[in-house]
Amino acid sequence: RWGMSLPLVVTAQVDLLLVLVSLLAFWTRLSHLNYPNAVVFDEVYYGQFVSLYMKRVFFIDDSGPPLGHMILAFGAYLGGFDGNFVWNRIGAEYPSTVNVWSLRLLPALCGALCVPLVYLLTLELKFSHLSALGAAVLLLLENSLIVQSRFMLLESVLIFFVLLAFFSYLRFHNAPSSWLILSGVSCGAAVGVKYMGLFSYLLLLVVASLHTWKLIGDKTISHMNVCVQSVHRVLCLVVVPVLLYVFWFYVHLSFLNRSGPHDQLMSSAFQASLQGGLSRITRGQPLEVAYGSQVTLRSSVSQPIPCWLHSHKVNYPIRYDNGRGSSHQQQVTCYPFKDVNNWWIIKDPGRQKLVVDTPPRPVRHGDVIQLVHGMTSRFLNSHDVAAPMSPHTQEVSGYIDFNVSMPAQNLWRVDISNREAESEVWKTILSEVRLIHVNTSAVLKLSGVSLPDWGFRQLEVVADKLFKAHSSSLEWTVEEHRYGTSQEQKEREAELHSPTHIDVDRKISFWAKFVELQWKMLTVKQEESEHKYSSSPLEWITMETNIAYWLHSSTNAQIHLIGNPVSWGVANLSLLAYQLLAVVYLLRRRRGLKDVPDGVWDQFVCLGCVCVGGWLVNFVPFLLMDKTLFLYHYLPALCYLYLLSPALLEHAHTHLLSSVTHQRALCVGALAVLLSIFLTYRTFCPLTYGSPELSAHQLQGLKWRDTWDILYRRR
Amino acid sequence: NSNGVGDGETGKPKLGGDTQSSNGPSGQFLARESIESPSKVLLMLVAGLSFSTRLYMITEPPHVCWDETHFGKMGSYYINRTFFFDVHPPLGKMLIGLAGYMSGYDGTFPFIKPGDKYENQNYWGMRGFCATLGSFLPIFAYLIVLELSNSCTAAIIAATLLIFDTGCITISQYILLDPILMFFIMAAVLSMVKFNQQRYRSFSASWWLWLVLTGINLAGALGVKFVGLFVIILVGLNTIWDLWRLLGDMSLSLVDIAKHFLARAFALILLPLILYVTIFAVHFVVLNKSGPGDGFFSSAFQSRLIGNNLHNASMPEYLAFGSTVTIKNLRIAGGYLHSHWHLYPEGVGARQQQVTAYLHKDYNNLWVVHRQQDNNSQSGNPDLVRHGDIVRLEHKETTRNLHSHLHEAPLTKKHFQVTGYGINGTGDANDLWQVEVCGGRKGDPVKVLRSKVRFLHRATGCVLYSSGKTLPKWGWEQIEVTCSPYLKETPSSQWNIEDHINPKLPNISLSVLKPNFLEILLESHIVMFRGNSGLKPKDNEMNSKPWHWPINYQGLRFSGVNATEYRVYLLGNPVVWWINLASLGLYLTMVAVASIATQRGFSLEHSLVLVRGGGLLMLGWLLHYAPFFTMGRILYFHHYFPAMLFSSMLTGTKLCELSTMKNQLVLNTVRNSLSLLFYLFHPLSYGMTGPLAHEPGSAMADLKWMDSWEF
Repeated sequence: RWGMSLPLVVTAQVDLLLVLVSLLAFWTRLSHLNYPNAVVFDEVYYGQFVSLYMKRVFFIDDSGPPLGHMILAFGAYLGGFDGNFVWNRIGAEYPSTVNVWSLRLLPALCGALCVPLVYLLTLELKFSHLSALGAAVLLLLENSLIVQSRFMLLESVLIFFVLLAFFSYLRFHNAPSSWLILSGVSCGAAVGVKYMGLFSYLLLLVVASLHTWKLIGDKTISHMNVCVQSVHRVLCLVVVPVLLYVFWFYVHLSFLNRSGPHDQLMSSAFQASLQGGLSRITRGQPLEVAYGSQVTLRSSVSQPIPCWLHSHKVNYPIRYDNGRGSSHQQQVTCYPFKDVNNWWIIKDPGRQKLVVDTPPRPVRHGDVIQLVHGMTSRFLNSHDVAAPMSPHTQEVSGYIDFNVSMPAQNLWRVDISNREAESEVWKTILSEVRLIHVNTSAVLKLSGVSLPDWGFRQLEVVADKLFKAHSSSLEWTVEEHRYGTSQEQKEREAELHSPTHIDVDRKISFWAKFVELQWKMLTVKQEESEHKYSSSPLEWITMETNIAYWLHSSTNAQIHLIGNPVSWGVANLSLLAYQLLAVVYLLRRRRGLKDVPDGVWDQFVCLGCVCVGGWLVNFVPFLLMDKTLFLYHYLPALCYLYLLSPALLEHAHTHLLSSVTHQRALCVGALAVLLSIFLTYRTFCPLTYGSPELSAHQLQGLKWRDTWDILYRRR
Repeated sequence: NSNGVGDGETGKPKLGGDTQSSNGPSGQFLARESIESPSKVLLMLVAGLSFSTRLYMITEPPHVCWDETHFGKMGSYYINRTFFFDVHPPLGKMLIGLAGYMSGYDGTFPFIKPGDKYENQNYWGMRGFCATLGSFLPIFAYLIVLELSNSCTAAIIAATLLIFDTGCITISQYILLDPILMFFIMAAVLSMVKFNQQRYRSFSASWWLWLVLTGINLAGALGVKFVGLFVIILVGLNTIWDLWRLLGDMSLSLVDIAKHFLARAFALILLPLILYVTIFAVHFVVLNKSGPGDGFFSSAFQSRLIGNNLHNASMPEYLAFGSTVTIKNLRIAGGYLHSHWHLYPEGVGARQQQVTAYLHKDYNNLWVVHRQQDNNSQSGNPDLVRHGDIVRLEHKETTRNLHSHLHEAPLTKKHFQVTGYGINGTGDANDLWQVEVCGGRKGDPVKVLRSKVRFLHRATGCVLYSSGKTLPKWGWEQIEVTCSPYLKETPSSQWNIEDHINPKLPNISLSVLKPNFLEILLESHIVMFRGNSGLKPKDNEMNSKPWHWPINYQGLRFSGVNATEYRVYLLGNPVVWWINLASLGLYLTMVAVASIATQRGFSLEHSLVLVRGGGLLMLGWLLHYAPFFTMGRILYFHHYFPAMLFSSMLTGTKLCELSTMKNQLVLNTVRNSLSLLFYLFHPLSYGMTGPLAHEPGSAMADLKWMDSWEF
């Protein structure tokens, strides 16, 4: 605490314990940070995004919001990383050009800062400095937290922000000040690093609303004051985090402005806003689709991959495998790659011309058109023949007249479904169009089924009469577009092969991009597959599982995510003890027996809300999740328990034990536990830091549980 | 008093004229002062309307509708005493079977698929039974709201909403579990509310009566569907709250509190448990013939069933080389070791033939036990397979050998892939497995059915394992089989020999150890839970989302698709559902405002009334709705109906509050629009033919208010 008075005298009070644990934390987290000089576990995953950041290439990662990636990328930027490293396998050596230390620096710093934060947080929970020291030591000597902090991973960053949020909130609660805004910022950051931060954020909101509820009930405060206070809290704890969350995306999107590997997941308009890629192709395309336009039509369903309306010089088989017959006309499919066979020409049914008039005559909502396949000149056709894979719908074909009294039915009406938002005129990229078959009023649709070998495994396109009104599988957008100029088939083929041209720039707003990106992140589902080291939440409590992070390429040196088993046990024990104690207290208080004074009871309840509550919200949701889960998902919950243990011990010491001998016994017990925690920490150090190398026999000795998977190299 | 709204040809009795009397100012006065006299009349009225709307046109359409194909079939199984497997507990289907039996249905109708004509079968009994139970819902709603709010107006509103909801009518009229389930749910809530009213007459006869009735109905609800669990939680929370209140009552001694606690523990935990178990006991006693569900259960379980090949089985006692066998995993609902003419797809391990575990009995479950180097020309008595012997298992249909190698298994990546490899017996060293009898020593023979056997892979040392995970579509949604490098002895890695065919050995009659009742009970529950979580939505299937439900976003086709067919469409009466939605919002706002005001020290007139009656209903709604958001299984619109009952009752109490303020205006509007909409939408329930709503000339032409409605 700094105090200043005249004459200029500065008095500084330094908590030496705090300084000491901080120094130790920095030492355990930061020493030999660049060892091993190889890709460790999920660095392989986050690394690719760091590289993309360095190259400013757009990507989507459904695992979390962008702040975490940005922090990692910032570390890389500080070390001068240029993004030129292929993150393809765990254990690959970093070349000398990559500054490993700076890549790992920020997570390690966050991990180290967690230790003093826990110290301060315990003080804010109104427990003694000794308890605070206990909590800090538990965190300090937790092998799993050390491992998780020392690599380019995000859990330590998340834990740091969560602890900071709670610390600053409690500080605000104990002595109202500007700390609340810091709490809001930390919440925004925590949620921005990983969605998991949401659990702690919601808990903090619950705690804050309980406190606000009490405030509302305080009749000594004026109504006005209550209003102001409540609004202040809402602003700092709700509005600020939400704005920040959006801000991370704003930074993310303004940084990443080049096209890259994930472009195809996004809409055409989004892609067109990125440099290179689609925008290079589509830049300068004519905006309005006219009669004679040459277009590619992309299906609006981009799950899992986009595709374009396609046809090729192969007919439907006369009979399918199940004996049904077809029209034997030319196949029309949806093809997920760019191809010259994706080009179609918009034709006016009343005229023969396939070129654009001057001035161009734009196609409008409700117009009837024909679609001519560019390379084969077949007309897009549909008729009352069952489609190959979805027999309840109509087949769509490129019409061939076999003289079998099957007339051409090749008129399609243009129905622009977003005409209110855009315009009546069919526009490139922007308009979402349905093509309605004039004879049968069926709608051109991507059925989503793959054709068998005769259709080259391309996707089936059908015309469907019974359709759901709002289905994006019905809608098509023009992606590539140019005004056709050649009437002759040969010239036209050459024209189709040449790239498109002309210039206009198209922008979509940040909000549209944000909403689209966020929606994609939440809905893109990757194939769920079990990982070798994935585990179920119930295994975490007893630490039945571990994760091998790294194995030296030639020796037995290895790094594992294994917690300190003794601290782990202490954490579980204190969780149980708190719950038992709380039940006993509650029942006795209900019968009018107050074991502890009201002030202490409030402190006890607050401890439970934060710590047991924190454990619950960070653990229980995983029981309901379908995701692939790992032991490191448990680390935030674990930190709450480490906060709980020493505080509960202090509570027992001061309020439960009355005789001095019992109190002394408790102290001695606590010391013994601390000592054994230190010893186990030392024992597992080789697996935490990856050095020194252990012999197979020693490794066998470290296998404290049968279910742990420790690697031995056969020599 | 004479504003009877047009009734049309639906046979709907007049609504306006009769209810008006109670809603008028005088009726209100009466309701507040003494409930007795008008409530009897009103109750009769509600009952009459309810039964007439539900039983009207009960036999239409005369063909199988929607899930009748399942539940009607299962009713028939009870009549025929054939064993089957279903993911729901048996009470509902037992009652359906009983109703069918009593009404003269002989159980012969196959119920193959929706749309099958019933012809001359007596199906009306089963439908009528469900509709009768469904008719009790408005009556129960009336009584519950009457108890909670002490107002006839509120009660009559709640009952009216349910009577004229097309959704409630439709779901009550067919052979389904839902009306039975909702009957028990509402009965349980009613008994609980009645019990709460008895709080000042502890341990009196009526106190006991309602307590025990609550317990019985809870058992009923859980016995029909596991959704009954939600009402158990509701009653449980109510009971905990009640006990907490008693604990704080310092005039009661601890002994009194213990008595209260024990009484509730007996009636609400022990009694339902006993009843629930009894239901299962009856289920197992009635179903004693082999049927389609056998394969889901263990060998021991199957031996109980008459007609199963394990019932009084007769086969060679010890496994021998050259025998044809089926191999069953010992994990509950583990399935038979299975293979078929399909390869693992590209990118999933090696592209060899799939080996899975399959729950149904099938020719592809047969394997032949061979020696390492087979000399087919065995003569005389074949040698027995003994603990420690090396065998090769050849799949009978495809002649591939059971094979494993160092490729990742498809789902359990820590394990190795198991495939079918080689042809006609020629394979490689990876086809060899060592047989071990659990708890046996070298040289022990393998007893059919009784020995637990492990198959250790010679080359890699892993053990044949069934992970219990369902393979994706390429694996026909069968269960994954792997080779586990962890040699733990779990049921997943233990197998038994079930069928055993060897003509060269004498058949011996085996009396398999019959499992005791508790083992059967546990096993059937695990099988049910597995089945339930296995009901994942298919890729291309329309999937209903929980948020669709309260806004009546999309209904369910019960019967018919095309214009020419007789169509029934399960969809709520829009006005009922949207009023329910609005009053939920209204309730929450009122509670929020009232509680903040109380906290600030203002005293509001209605604030206490607000919280008390509605809280229970709100909680009921939440408990029957919120859990669906976390469920991974496939969901349907009809899952919302229990929650809808609660929200309608809540609406009853809320509209009543409003009507006292707004002088009947709200009430009249609601009633009129309700009857109008019921008249307009009644074809959804009672069936319609002719063009679809979006086509010209349809009777329902202007009623397709949401594009997502499909009628």
